[in-house]
Amino acid sequence: MNLTPEAAVEKWLPLLEHSTHEVFEIMLKSKPDPGQPVPLTGVEFTAMVGLAGSVTGILSIRCCDQSAIAVASAMLGMPSQEAGEHAWDALGELANMIAGNFKNKLDGVADKCVLSVPTVITGADYSFRSLSDVPPIQLWFRFRGKPLEVALELHS
Amino acid sequence: MKNVRALIIDDSSVMRKIVERSLRQAGLELSEVKEASNGAEALAILATSPVELILCDINMPVMDGLEFVKRLKGVENAQGVPVVMITTEGGETHVVQALSAGARGYIRKPFTTDQVKEHVLPLVEGTK
Repeated sequence: MNLTPEAAVEKWLPLLEHSTHEVFEIMLKSKPDPGQPVPLTGVEFTAMVGLAGSVTGILSIRCCDQSAIAVASAMLGMPSQEAGEHAWDALGELANMIAGNFKNKLDGVADKCVLSVPTVITGADYSFRSLSDVPPIQLWFRFRGKPLEVALELHS
Repeated sequence: MKNVRALIIDDSSVMRKIVERSLRQAGLELSEVKEASNGAEALAILATSPVELILCDINMPVMDGLEFVKRLKGVENAQGVPVVMITTEGGETHVVQALSAGARGYIRKPFTTDQVKEHVLPLVEGTK
């Protein structure tokens, strides 16, 4: 992309935010509220989608189980009590759509970048090490009052 | 439109439910909905269960959507059945590849019910 890491963050942060809002509005019929940039506690779900090609990296969504259930409930239009079994799948698909929407909005990238199928980790007892050499682009939201983090880690 | 039998192919069960709901909201009366989580499963279903409409993701394990559409030409039960891709892959290359392989429509995720009406209903009207 021929951008410095700082320029990439400056250019892509608004695009990632727009892409995320658009997916929530269209597929969940609800806009997420801005959240606080604080470390998440009680993270139970991590959904990841890889990007490979002219843009390479990982888009991830991290949240607690209540956030994931809220996402599944909104996506499927079903009560929260019934949505729990779909939480991991819904979060993976949410990550997939945000990653796809993001790359499709980048000029000239849609054809030169492919997505992996989503991976969802449940549980918090893991460590994650990315080979990214650029600080992650991070967004914090609250959805139905529950925190949720969207992050994009790019390889330059 | 009534009594449409549809096959929805996506590795996400959540997305399969969303696609089915969107088809109903778009005005299709579905008499039967078959589901497959990849292209290979879908081909096995079609061997015994004819349908009038196929909705298919692209990025899936085992057999992706583009390969599925190519192989569909050899399935007797599926001749003339419209296939609409519903996928996050939004590049022109993917669109051209899908349409060249035999898909009749292409919808990018995230998608609205209006897009389903626009891209799917005319194809089903043509087959009923």
